Amino acid sequence: MEYILIIISAVLINNVVLAQTIGICPFLGVSNKIDTALGMSGAVVFVIVLATLVTYLIQVYVLNPLGLAFMQTITFILVIAALVQIVEIILKKVSQPLYQALGIFLPLITTNCAVLGVAILVIKKDYNLIEGVVYGASIAVGFGLALIILAGIREQLEMVNIPKGMKGVPSSLVIAGILALAFMGFTGIVK
Amino acid sequence: MTQLQNFTKGFFKENPILVLVLGTCPTLATSTSVLNGMGMGIATTFVLIGSNVAISLLSGVIPDKVRIPAFVVIIASFVTIVDLLMQAFTPSLYETLGIFIPLIVVNCIILGRAEAYASKNSVLSSFIDGVGMGLGFTMALGILGAFREIVGSGAIFGHKFMQGDGVLVFILAPGAFWALGYLIALINRMKKT
Repeated sequence: MEYILIIISAVLINNVVLAQTIGICPFLGVSNKIDTALGMSGAVVFVIVLATLVTYLIQVYVLNPLGLAFMQTITFILVIAALVQIVEIILKKVSQPLYQALGIFLPLITTNCAVLGVAILVIKKDYNLIEGVVYGASIAVGFGLALIILAGIREQLEMVNIPKGMKGVPSSLVIAGILALAFMGFTGIVK
Repeated sequence: MTQLQNFTKGFFKENPILVLVLGTCPTLATSTSVLNGMGMGIATTFVLIGSNVAISLLSGVIPDKVRIPAFVVIIASFVTIVDLLMQAFTPSLYETLGIFIPLIVVNCIILGRAEAYASKNSVLSSFIDGVGMGLGFTMALGILGAFREIVGSGAIFGHKFMQGDGVLVFILAPGAFWALGYLIALINRMKKT
């Protein structure tokens, strides 16, 4: 039951993009087509789950016993960067179709602040390993949900004649604001 | 380009937030009031100046193939310094900004300046570039923070000047998206005419 609460709260109520405003760069950058949005969401789910798992183990078994908790930021960002590289190399060898689908998004993910953000939040919220991974996965699903909704709306907007200054980023931001307002309606589902 | 132009380009022509649209996550999350926004801006400026100078000094030593990981480590070190300093000297601001202080590491502006500017230019130019870009970032955060604080809570610099509550939605995430969206639209409009 508590896992369901974590999932609902992370996907809908505290949606990472629309409520916590983390991970905006890829949210604005790759949301012009539904296909690319789907690919990016898949890659993010994959990397966030792996990164949460690895950073959690490092925090508990390496940093805490050695009293090096202040090195958290440096360690986590290095681990995430290395992890993304490893995933890319393995995917290329093991599964060509999956690499074709996710490959080009992987290098972009290192600078996605959602990955580092989730890794730090899991430690801050004192989750155990399973809760942490479930939380990470739901955050990633929430990110994907927001990205795909925005991509769907932006595809429709291609045909619309909007004022020159509003084209591109500004109109996406205004739409994101309206989506965020809609997601605020979920507040209060989980106490 | 003279050093003066180098300094002022961050304010308007190449403003990191309003023109280049980099580093939007901390912008949206921390600009709930002028002081929060500018606190974040100054923390980022410090990291930016430090990393620009360090990377410019080390640019001859770092091998080209591992430059991005090396830059990230340098940036993360400065972020850790800022994190510890803010925890010690400005505990309330540290609490408000929370997770966004460690997230300065993944702020695209800093890695972007390291890669595009500091690794290719002299120490002095990189220092000036860092100060200019950082203050441009702080200025944009300040403008956005002022707007959201005035409309959202009817106050400025924490002093209330209106009766009752403001339009609360401008303190929350939707207002952040709208304020930034319309501000960028305004800048785009001014550029074209």
